[in-house]
Amino acid sequence: MALIGLLALAVMLGPLASVVPAQQAQGIFVPLLVYRTGPYAPSGIPIANGFVDYFTLVNERDGGINGVKLVWEECETQYDTKQGVECYERLKAKNPVLVNPYSTGITYQLIPKAAVDKVVVFSMGYGMTAAADGRWFPWVFSFPTTYWSQASAVIRYIGQQEGGLDKLKGKKIAHIYHNSPYGKEANPTLEELAKKYTFELTLLAVDHPGQEQKATWLQVRRLNPDWIFLSGWGVMNQVAVKEAASTGFRMDHLIGNWWSANDSDVVPAGEGAKAYKGATFHHPGTNFRVFQDIVKHVYDKGKGAGKKEDMGAPLYNRGVANAMFSVEAIRTAMGKYGNKVLTGEQVRWGFENFNLTEQRLDQLGMKGFTRPIKVSCEDHEGNGPVLIQQWNGQKWQVVSEWLAPMRDVVRPKVEQAAIEEGKKLNYTQRDCSKEK
Amino acid sequence: MIYRETGQFKSSYASDQAIFPVVQDRIFVLLVVAAAFLVPPLAANDYWLQAVLIPFLIYALAALGLNLLTGYAGQVSLGTGGFMAVGAYSAFKFSTSFPGLNIIVVFLLSGLIAALVGVVFGVPSLRIKGFYLAVATLAAQFFLIWLFNKVPWFVNYASSGTITAPTRTVLGVMVTGPQSTAGARYVVALGLVAVFALIAKNLVRGRVGRSWMAIRDRDIAAEIIGVRPLRTKLLAFAISSFYCGVAGAEFVFLYLGSAETLAFDINLSFLVLFMVIIGGLGSVLGSFLGAGFIVLVPIFLTNVPHLIGLSLPVALQKQMELMVFGALIIFFLIVEPNGLARLWQITKEKLRLWPFPH
Repeated sequence: MALIGLLALAVMLGPLASVVPAQQAQGIFVPLLVYRTGPYAPSGIPIANGFVDYFTLVNERDGGINGVKLVWEECETQYDTKQGVECYERLKAKNPVLVNPYSTGITYQLIPKAAVDKVVVFSMGYGMTAAADGRWFPWVFSFPTTYWSQASAVIRYIGQQEGGLDKLKGKKIAHIYHNSPYGKEANPTLEELAKKYTFELTLLAVDHPGQEQKATWLQVRRLNPDWIFLSGWGVMNQVAVKEAASTGFRMDHLIGNWWSANDSDVVPAGEGAKAYKGATFHHPGTNFRVFQDIVKHVYDKGKGAGKKEDMGAPLYNRGVANAMFSVEAIRTAMGKYGNKVLTGEQVRWGFENFNLTEQRLDQLGMKGFTRPIKVSCEDHEGNGPVLIQQWNGQKWQVVSEWLAPMRDVVRPKVEQAAIEEGKKLNYTQRDCSKEK
Repeated sequence: MIYRETGQFKSSYASDQAIFPVVQDRIFVLLVVAAAFLVPPLAANDYWLQAVLIPFLIYALAALGLNLLTGYAGQVSLGTGGFMAVGAYSAFKFSTSFPGLNIIVVFLLSGLIAALVGVVFGVPSLRIKGFYLAVATLAAQFFLIWLFNKVPWFVNYASSGTITAPTRTVLGVMVTGPQSTAGARYVVALGLVAVFALIAKNLVRGRVGRSWMAIRDRDIAAEIIGVRPLRTKLLAFAISSFYCGVAGAEFVFLYLGSAETLAFDINLSFLVLFMVIIGGLGSVLGSFLGAGFIVLVPIFLTNVPHLIGLSLPVALQKQMELMVFGALIIFFLIVEPNGLARLWQITKEKLRLWPFPH
């Protein structure tokens, strides 16, 4: 009987829960799907902290974007698509202008929904690569760069290390990936590049959540690859780095993608992780003015989301970059629609006309932190370049110059995939030349 | 008290065989079903339909399937997630290969495929039972998920490995795909679960159900009185997998919209098993109550802090939710080990004897 009472209570009170806070929202509402618990928490926590800290900074230092406050709410997904959808549906009632799904799986779920609900899906450097073609996916943005561009940039880097892309011939490269839409994303590009540069590609899948990799590394030992590209996430990364170290693999020939190279991934492996490399599209560390601002306006006021010492970790900085891109896109939209609470459609315009210049980065205190990005109707990727960073045992150091992705290989594949994916959703291609 | 059977005599075979012999029960159930069809599509918002009620109905169908197998036929199965995946992937292949096929037909066909697969994995049940069988069905779970992950044909060679529900209509109303309204999808899910619940109820009342229960209670005795174990057990696997297959197809087509194999992992099998245990083994109503408990309570717990104006960090909130949920499960199983359906039954019996229940 008590249970029935409880259920009845749940049914009666549930709707209230989703109604009450909606009235409090005064400002531009941005939901945040985070995972601070579960097997992916090691990656999820720093990124969420970085994001929230930057939003707090904008509200505290500038009083919001051009005076309009940012309002956000976190929702815990545990990197689980079902919970992510539940979060999105719950937060949808509060008129979000954009959503950061923080999971390729959840992004796949939200892409069809967001177009109907008129909410921008901002999947920064993850999600469905095909959606980078804005003619088919007007509501999805994946700048500054995508998994496919990343894979091509990493191959370019490997080529440089070997003394030229032509030297890749006959080399053995293994891709160890999380067996999910996220991990699989880079495979088609790598296969294409393997054909073009005639290197031997081996694909090794690791199942969710990735704690069990003994079999994979046994295969690695047998194969003895020249290079390994790692697409892991959460707890999978530290296990992979530890396994690589205990296998005796040359750590400077193990390159993680930009979700696989955070402090939390290398610290558990101790000395063994030294020389491990990872891709990124922004600098690690706190040598930028914006971090002094965050300390001054956020942490010194006791409003920090995490610990001050954790600032500068690659994924923390990724969260900061993500929040900065979001804020600047909203600011762009305000340039056209005025300084007020905007709708999803207006913010979409801001994303599509996003143009982050060197000068603007300097104003933001982020000079050199990342590269300028310009987005257009056709190109939602912006084609940002990639950096390679290396763990020296204490911190991450950038060891390459900015590497341009192989656009000639990636872009035709994106356009082709966009047609396929777009048709699945009954989309039609829009004509960008007709839009201003 | 209103719940009194005095004066309701059974004077014909029809009234004796009725599903709900008591008038009040009949009226109550009819009212609930009618309300379920009418109220939510009109009154509930998208969140309620999309995130609460649709998954509830789909889980209820899966729990019903597992309950037929585990609760009635006594065959413990941990392969529910795998069979649901079979349903989902067959529905995807059917609907993309034959675009003209009605989506309801697609659901039923994918149920049939799942039934076939279920029979194959049910074969060990002839030699082993109990925990040993659970391990054998666990193999089904892992094998099927591995298969769908490994063979790109199942996902139409999509590089990401996800399957997406194509847009389909029923009687001119769009019911799958992103443009379909949550209300339409809810009605389809409710219609299917209502029909299948009715079929299940009749199955377990009849010869098939009795032979299942005979096998469950004492298989050797059942064999002696003429129940053929081979046929009976495989039939249980087939029908149960059919239900799970349809639920799996709905899971992708009506609820998630697109999915990867991770959605059907071992956790899903456990979740459905918990629903059956908490709801009540061997009870159709229990499948619904169990699904309601497992789906609604976590969502309720997530909303509680907002409700009382408490702003907790999300991580803490999630951990508290898991703890409270776990504690509630233990509490209810201590109070009533036979599940929520039994609690409901006791309540009814007490009401009959009211005002002097014992």
